[in-house]
Amino acid sequence: MSSLGDGSNPLRVAIVGSGPSGFYATEALIKSGLNVEIDLIERLPAPFGLVRNGVAPDHPKLKQAIKVYKKVAQNPEFNFVGNVTVGVDIKAEELQQTHHAVIYTCGAETDRRLGIPGEDLPGSHTATEFVGWYNGHPDYRDRTFDLSHETAVVIGQGNVAADVARILAKSVDELKQTDIAQHALDVLAESRVRTIYVVGRRGPAQAKFASKELKEFLEIENCRPYIDPAELELNEASQLEIDSKEGRGNKKNIEIFHQFAGSEDTGKQRVCIATFLRSPLRLEGEGRLQKVIFETNELSGEPFRQSAKGTGQTTEIDCGIMFRSIGYNGVPIEGVPFYERWGTIPNDAGRITSEQGGATVPGLYTAGWIKRGPSGIIGTNRACAVETVGALLEDVGELDTDKPGREGLYKILNSNNVRYIDYAQWEKIDAAEVAAGELKSKPREKFTRRTEMLEVAGS
Amino acid sequence: MTTVVTENCKGCRFTDCVAVCPVACFHYDDEMLYIDPDVCIDCSACIPECPVEAIFEEDDIPEGQEHWTEINADKAPDLPLIEEPMDPLPEAEERKADLGF
Repeated sequence: MSSLGDGSNPLRVAIVGSGPSGFYATEALIKSGLNVEIDLIERLPAPFGLVRNGVAPDHPKLKQAIKVYKKVAQNPEFNFVGNVTVGVDIKAEELQQTHHAVIYTCGAETDRRLGIPGEDLPGSHTATEFVGWYNGHPDYRDRTFDLSHETAVVIGQGNVAADVARILAKSVDELKQTDIAQHALDVLAESRVRTIYVVGRRGPAQAKFASKELKEFLEIENCRPYIDPAELELNEASQLEIDSKEGRGNKKNIEIFHQFAGSEDTGKQRVCIATFLRSPLRLEGEGRLQKVIFETNELSGEPFRQSAKGTGQTTEIDCGIMFRSIGYNGVPIEGVPFYERWGTIPNDAGRITSEQGGATVPGLYTAGWIKRGPSGIIGTNRACAVETVGALLEDVGELDTDKPGREGLYKILNSNNVRYIDYAQWEKIDAAEVAAGELKSKPREKFTRRTEMLEVAGS
Repeated sequence: MTTVVTENCKGCRFTDCVAVCPVACFHYDDEMLYIDPDVCIDCSACIPECPVEAIFEEDDIPEGQEHWTEINADKAPDLPLIEEPMDPLPEAEERKADLGF
């Protein structure tokens, strides 16, 4: 009998999640030279994950990563199975029966909680909700954001926090020719937000922003970025951090922060203020969020290992809306091991393990944020997926043979009455979105309802 | 704006950058790597990967290295694509030490 991956005996792999990691895993499998059949399963009727639903609408160049994924999708080994949720429409165990190997690349879909009183007051939101909403993600289509108060607070100092602040800061004129969802543009047009605070737990030298994201704040038409110069005084350890090779990016950030601190008040309509060393203690308000109470922190410890400790001193910011962006967790899938503490699937260099540090589970793999946690950018996931596929290819000789693959998958989906779509059907949705966008000089106007998408797909 | 490989890559060609490029925009010759600005999406993933700090965002290139923007744009499209890391040049470690890294 020929071995798995030979001419007449294709290696059948199901990949769950069609974001960057799913596509890079697909690409690595196709490049392996083995005879492969790949079914890329996606819970939405649209592929590309966070490149479609996460990357900010005013970052069109980053979205061009999609060009690469579209090219991967043209390979005969590739098959898209959209609108299918693993764990709901098909069990994880069933997928293990239909395919030789399953790779989970389903990302980190929920925000970490602050775990403080008042967190669920109306007006307190996650960055994920807001990002999904302005990007037209169907799950967030009906969220409402009250932008009638003059002050908004963003908790967290990474690139998602920067995206949220920037979308709040920009004028509608700066956004209307992007692929931002129309419903979001309509709400942002009525925004009364004048002051946006972006609050970090640690100091300016530890902020996780990419310098490029920060620089963009200097270019916003109607918003002045600002920092109180006193907040840019660094302790010795922080100074050592930014002067070291590893601190190269942070040093650049500090330079840009100084530009913020020195920015002139030219009467711009809005101001975006970065502030540091503050942890939210509680959210207060009568029936809805009215203020955030912060505890002032101080840093202690060795360079790059400094932790923020509360000083007991408190400050508060009156606001009408708050977004938390302090990290993300994966969502467990029934039948797939999950490590609650990190919000990831436990694994050993991409091989899924029964528990954190446990034995590997044959035939199960993972890549991307659900494998290593929510750090790194689009390209980081390419190296990550290549590592995982490398492990899978090493294991090929030990995988269970005799799996029906696609045919078995479709059989289960059909018997469960699941309305799935293929890549050609997605291409119809894609074309319809681009056509709808053209009328408004936008690169596309996304469909924001699953039903609309499925209708256009003709499924 | 684009991202540019500069002088320090010459004689090293470590290729760590290539592993994290989301769009396969690196090309190579016998000396170094070059970025195709028409393909690069300015994600900057490659910048921290370089062991000799050869890669910069265009508006961040150190003084005296600005000409590399044009060299990358001229050379990259006609050179072979590199999509997976390969071994550095034989003299790379020596050159890295000379460069102070």
